[in-house]
Amino acid sequence: MSKDAILGAIRRGLKRGPLPADQQAMLAGRIATHPRHLIPARSRLPRAEQIALFIRNVEKEFGTVERVPDHAAIPAAVADYLAAQNLPSRIVMAPHPDLTGIDWSTRPMLEREARRAQDGDAVSLQHAWAGIAETGTLVLPSGAERPTTLNLLPDTEIAVLRASDVVGAYEEAWDRLRAGAQDSLTGGFMPRNIMLVTGPSRSADIEQTLELGAHGPRRLHILLVEDEPAPRMESPAEARAEATTQPGAPAAPGD
Amino acid sequence: MVHITSPAFKANAARALADAGLQKALDRSKGTSHGKRAAAVAALPEFERLREIGRDIKNHTLANLDFYLEAYAAQVERAGGTVHWCSTADEARAAVLKICRDKGARTVTKGKSMISEELGINDHLEAHGIEPVETDLGEYILQIRKEPPSHIIGPAFHLNREDWEKTFREIHTELPKDRVFHERSDIMAEARTKLRSRFLAADVGITGANFLIAETGSSVIVTNEGNGDLTQTLPKTHIVLASIEKVVPTLEDATSLLRLLARSATGQDFSVYTTFSTGIRREGDLDGPEDYHVVLIDNGRSNMIGTDFQEMLRCIRCAACMNHCPVYGVTGGHAYGWVYPGPMGSVLTPTLIGIDKAGNLPNASTFCGKCESVCPVKIPLPKLMRHWREREFERHLSPQSVRSGLGFWAWFAKRPTAYRLATKLGIGALGLLGRGKGAFKSLPLAGGWTAGRDLPAPEPGGTFMARYQAQQRGGRR
Repeated sequence: MSKDAILGAIRRGLKRGPLPADQQAMLAGRIATHPRHLIPARSRLPRAEQIALFIRNVEKEFGTVERVPDHAAIPAAVADYLAAQNLPSRIVMAPHPDLTGIDWSTRPMLEREARRAQDGDAVSLQHAWAGIAETGTLVLPSGAERPTTLNLLPDTEIAVLRASDVVGAYEEAWDRLRAGAQDSLTGGFMPRNIMLVTGPSRSADIEQTLELGAHGPRRLHILLVEDEPAPRMESPAEARAEATTQPGAPAAPGD
Repeated sequence: MVHITSPAFKANAARALADAGLQKALDRSKGTSHGKRAAAVAALPEFERLREIGRDIKNHTLANLDFYLEAYAAQVERAGGTVHWCSTADEARAAVLKICRDKGARTVTKGKSMISEELGINDHLEAHGIEPVETDLGEYILQIRKEPPSHIIGPAFHLNREDWEKTFREIHTELPKDRVFHERSDIMAEARTKLRSRFLAADVGITGANFLIAETGSSVIVTNEGNGDLTQTLPKTHIVLASIEKVVPTLEDATSLLRLLARSATGQDFSVYTTFSTGIRREGDLDGPEDYHVVLIDNGRSNMIGTDFQEMLRCIRCAACMNHCPVYGVTGGHAYGWVYPGPMGSVLTPTLIGIDKAGNLPNASTFCGKCESVCPVKIPLPKLMRHWREREFERHLSPQSVRSGLGFWAWFAKRPTAYRLATKLGIGALGLLGRGKGAFKSLPLAGGWTAGRDLPAPEPGGTFMARYQAQQRGGRR
């Protein structure tokens, strides 16, 4: 069987047999503790500056951000954005309670359907699970309440993100994910798909010159809900992770 | 498998140098890719330390590759996926074809993947009545033009705008003949429209993988267009093609390497879409594939472990080495004659197709060292190319003229008195001949040198050794 052939060839190259049990346990332990390596200092900022960094990075990558006071302000923000972009007043939106729970009656002309995206949908309204300030990146795990196609098929994606869900570095998002809901299939923490999205789709394949809107959305607009009156407390998962590895200190991968 | 023209590198390179269109395309990118990378690196003060971390993560993984591959495969299966272990390209092609046939597939969409080029998946599927559709913009036009990619991240690097327009007019014949491409975005919009229906109709989607994660059983792809995501999200079946060295232990390890990848490749801080796929559609999910297969391919990698070339398995395919290579910069990628061009190709190609066929490649280097200095995982590319030159010499594969020349030089190099005398006479003669001229346009036995540039005539004062001794006698100034 090719599996045995491949593993056998690797072991011959490494001049050893299968790893002894204690070394296997050590490597399994490294996976279980998943040590952090160096985390760049750029996202280690006071809360307000961290959110400002997130916005700056989204805009640097050709996305747009609008700050809204609460979820009640979203229907007006969506309708106004569509009007300003000269887009039809129709959206397909994620069946997420944060979005379906909004009182949309304030904008009766805005047509809405909560479902996955199909060909021909012009605008999606997605629920963003988290934002990463380090590079202005949205974290979009798949699930019944957050279909992946909403990130891909429409020409315009509008994403609703709570300011309290903006973290500094990718590693903070991973720890939040690990502390979150169990996957129904694996019992682990990974959903089927996680998209990290940084700005709208683009390509430089024609003459190495950047053009927006290759296959995914041409526009990415983020509605940032200001739900964070006071600086956020660190979550227990983050506090634990930082206790084992100081920010900025590289952990040796072999440890 | 892709047709190999590596043995004809010298003829390929001469043709490339005379190709005005190619030279125009290569000139356009000169400096811009360097500048973008340099700016992204300058904006991240920790970049150098991240390179060391990236190197160490990959070294740790390779030293325990058997363990991490088994851990990864177990997690894939837990998430409802299937892993197909394939030692050879033949096995991998057969595995892909079998999955497609089992699903009754007629068309297959594809995300950009270099391992797919290495395996020649497209030809194999086509030969068996299944239509593969490349969806990366650059790969799409190359599939139409029946050309291989010339760059590992910008496959259509060698084309100019007029080539795109001409090909699109030839192939998209149902569109108005007199349509005008005002901007590059018009070309892209046409491809977007044409490909959208292909995405929706495909039965199977095939992508590569930038990383595999042992902790979670995830495959990671990195794209800017979103084509890879459409490829792996819309069809009922997703096939991941990945070589064995793509595995890393944890999300944290992948994250550190991702911080290096886009900055080294395109000078972006992060690519637009970095996507982690883990198994099949979950209960309640409204989209995503119902079947998830990983074709895990060795195809020569395991033979590199424990050899001088193990370090090459750290490569994360960013293309920084070719973007900074003075040889790639004038020949382009096709001259290298197989899938992987530039310095990384000059090391990898001989391991995969044999030094007897690829011997020209490790010699196609000035050893300027730029590739090693920009490599995000610190692969000593010039050292590895030198190892190949040594092996080529040991196996008597280098041309007779090179062997005689080296033997001639070695005779003198081992006899310092003779060497000094010979160089003194040579320099003296050249100095006399070149007096007043400053440089030679041609010289006997040096046609290879003077064909491309003049040889400067030696200045009066003798050889380096003579001047050095004179200086020593005169005391330090």
